[in-house]
Amino acid sequence: MLEVKNLQVRVEDKEILRGINLTVKPGEVHAIMGPNGSGKSTFARALAGHPGYQVTGGAVSYQGQDLLDMDPDERARAGVFMAFQYPVEIPGVNNAYFLKAALNAKRKQQGLDELDAMDFMILVKQKLKVLHVDESMLMRSVNEGFSGGEKKRNEIFHMAVLEPTLAVLDETDSGLDIDALRVVSDGVNAMRSPERSFIVVTHYQRLLEYIVPDYVHVLADGRIVRSGGRELALELEEKGYAWTEPAGARK
Amino acid sequence: MSTATKQIEELANTEYKYGFVTDVEQDIVPVGLNEDVVRLISSKKGEPQWMLDWRLKAFRAWLKMEEPHWQNVKYEPIDYQGVSYYAAPSEKKKLNSLDEVDPEIRATFDKLGIPIEEQKMLSNVAVDAVFDSVSVATTFRSKLAELGIIFCSFSEAVKDHPELVKKYVGSVVPHTDNYFAALNSAVFSDGSFVYIPKGVRCPMELSTYFRINAKNTGQFERTLIIADEGATVSYLEGCTAPMRDEHQLHAAVVELVAHKDATIKYSTVQNWYPGDKNGKGGIYNFVTKRGICKGDRSKITWTQVETGSAVTWKYPSCILQGNDSVGEFYSVAVTNNYQQADTGTKMIHLGKNTRSTIVSKGISAGKGQNTYRGAVKIGKNAANARNYSQCDSLLIGDRCGAHTFPYLEIKNTTAKVEHEASTSKIGEDQIFYCESRGISKEDAINMIVSGFCKEVFRELPMEFAVEAQKLLGISLEGSVG
Repeated sequence: MLEVKNLQVRVEDKEILRGINLTVKPGEVHAIMGPNGSGKSTFARALAGHPGYQVTGGAVSYQGQDLLDMDPDERARAGVFMAFQYPVEIPGVNNAYFLKAALNAKRKQQGLDELDAMDFMILVKQKLKVLHVDESMLMRSVNEGFSGGEKKRNEIFHMAVLEPTLAVLDETDSGLDIDALRVVSDGVNAMRSPERSFIVVTHYQRLLEYIVPDYVHVLADGRIVRSGGRELALELEEKGYAWTEPAGARK
Repeated sequence: MSTATKQIEELANTEYKYGFVTDVEQDIVPVGLNEDVVRLISSKKGEPQWMLDWRLKAFRAWLKMEEPHWQNVKYEPIDYQGVSYYAAPSEKKKLNSLDEVDPEIRATFDKLGIPIEEQKMLSNVAVDAVFDSVSVATTFRSKLAELGIIFCSFSEAVKDHPELVKKYVGSVVPHTDNYFAALNSAVFSDGSFVYIPKGVRCPMELSTYFRINAKNTGQFERTLIIADEGATVSYLEGCTAPMRDEHQLHAAVVELVAHKDATIKYSTVQNWYPGDKNGKGGIYNFVTKRGICKGDRSKITWTQVETGSAVTWKYPSCILQGNDSVGEFYSVAVTNNYQQADTGTKMIHLGKNTRSTIVSKGISAGKGQNTYRGAVKIGKNAANARNYSQCDSLLIGDRCGAHTFPYLEIKNTTAKVEHEASTSKIGEDQIFYCESRGISKEDAINMIVSGFCKEVFRELPMEFAVEAQKLLGISLEGSVG
């Protein structure tokens, strides 16, 4: 599904990722953990193709395609989805209209007929029900005036409608209370399938109690310093991030 | 500059598509302005003495006035003696049907996509087309006449309905109102005239297209719309001009009169030639538009989408004289490259329980400068008057500017006035967010801009909303479900 080899990324003049290697197979859930500034979010954004993140080395292959060679919208239409840490407000553009444009852009690429308003609404209402999201969210402008929890829930709602093949969740748990966290996690768990993979970026172990990963990777100073199973997250919680930092990373 | 910003600017820099010149024989008055020119214009139009007297009165007033310079725009001085004040397609004779219109002019209007042909008339738009200075054809006239509606060129109205013109011309915008209005009053060549009789709801949108074609000419049209008691009318105005290196002056006057329980909706899509990327050429659009809500419960709505002109200077305003009368102003103004716009409105509350709404959306790109200037005046007898103003500015790139000048003058303590303003930038983050959902960059920008303009676009009649969409190069947001 996804093969990341020696990925190096710069933001402005600062080298953030210093060679990431990661293989994600279909159906797997990988958690990326690490302290602040370790490069977790940079990794997520680089996968989605954020223009501010400059890839200076390495390769990323997604379903046999060179992901780094694709524009962000092409990546999305090919099935890569990123749930934002800070979802962006787009005033005056209603959420349903926005999602319909996104879904139809993807369907067009896949050679499918575009959904008309009627079929789209049927699909969307069904997703809303599963996620316990209020219908009023459809008619509001994208993220405008949404609370922090609503924004995150909206991200998961977008994901449910767009049905990605690879979903990258960038600190989706930050700023969520326990109820919202449960709703978001239930949404993600409902979408787990043998064909769909997830990369879950988080600072806290807490999220992984709800979304149980197959693998946990610990990032420090732009490299993956440890990989393991679910138990690694628990160990981290117990010992703190300082434990993972390789001696060489300290200057 | 980042790549995203560059792309936004490229998108915003779509070339002016209406910059062609039509080759027709023109009857042009020599350049320069004096009383003889005013007399010549009047006689060419076969006007009665009272009209000429009015023009001369305006001309003499104009001579004593000074060009205003308080606006937040800069432009080269205008040589008023270097302009021709009248240009008309020559060999003008009375036209009985559209077939008699010069094929070259017809072709021009076809290029502009104006629904002047019979087949397009089925789309329920009655059109008056003003080519340079003369009204070329007014469609649908007989059908409207059955309802007692008068829709004709201003010159025809002077001949056929002198009592109406005499009564209302200059009643909202006096010939001494301002420098450009005085100039217009002296030399106006044509324009449209509308009268909707008592209790009649005009069954179709009325529309005028203005086009400047001849070189070194100014266009000074004058429009007068009267809605009698209980009447309703929606009027659309569109404008284009060829690309020329020199600046051309457009100084129009529009007067609206709404009697008791009458409603007038006036929509403009202004796309005069804006000049090239270096600021060369383009139209000076100095326009005076004002409406009076004369009777109780009358309503005037101005909606404008201003995308063209090198310099725009206009404030479509409402005098709310009748009790419970309503004034509305919805505006989208786009400035790109070296374009400058100083636009807004005046809401003058005189009657009791009068209400006004102002929604202004300014979009600046390139080195464009966009100024909102709005005045809200509440007179001492205007008990319970209310105003709501909202001015939003959207900046694209980092070399443009947005300015807001609200003026409030309140003489009645029961008034409620609200003003909200915001300035935002199309952020790379907004574009990236759309892209990360699979929406292309171009569609993303269109979506963000049309979202920004939504409150104004939804005030436009359907066919104009489509045109506004084309002009802004954006796809209009549709509603789902």
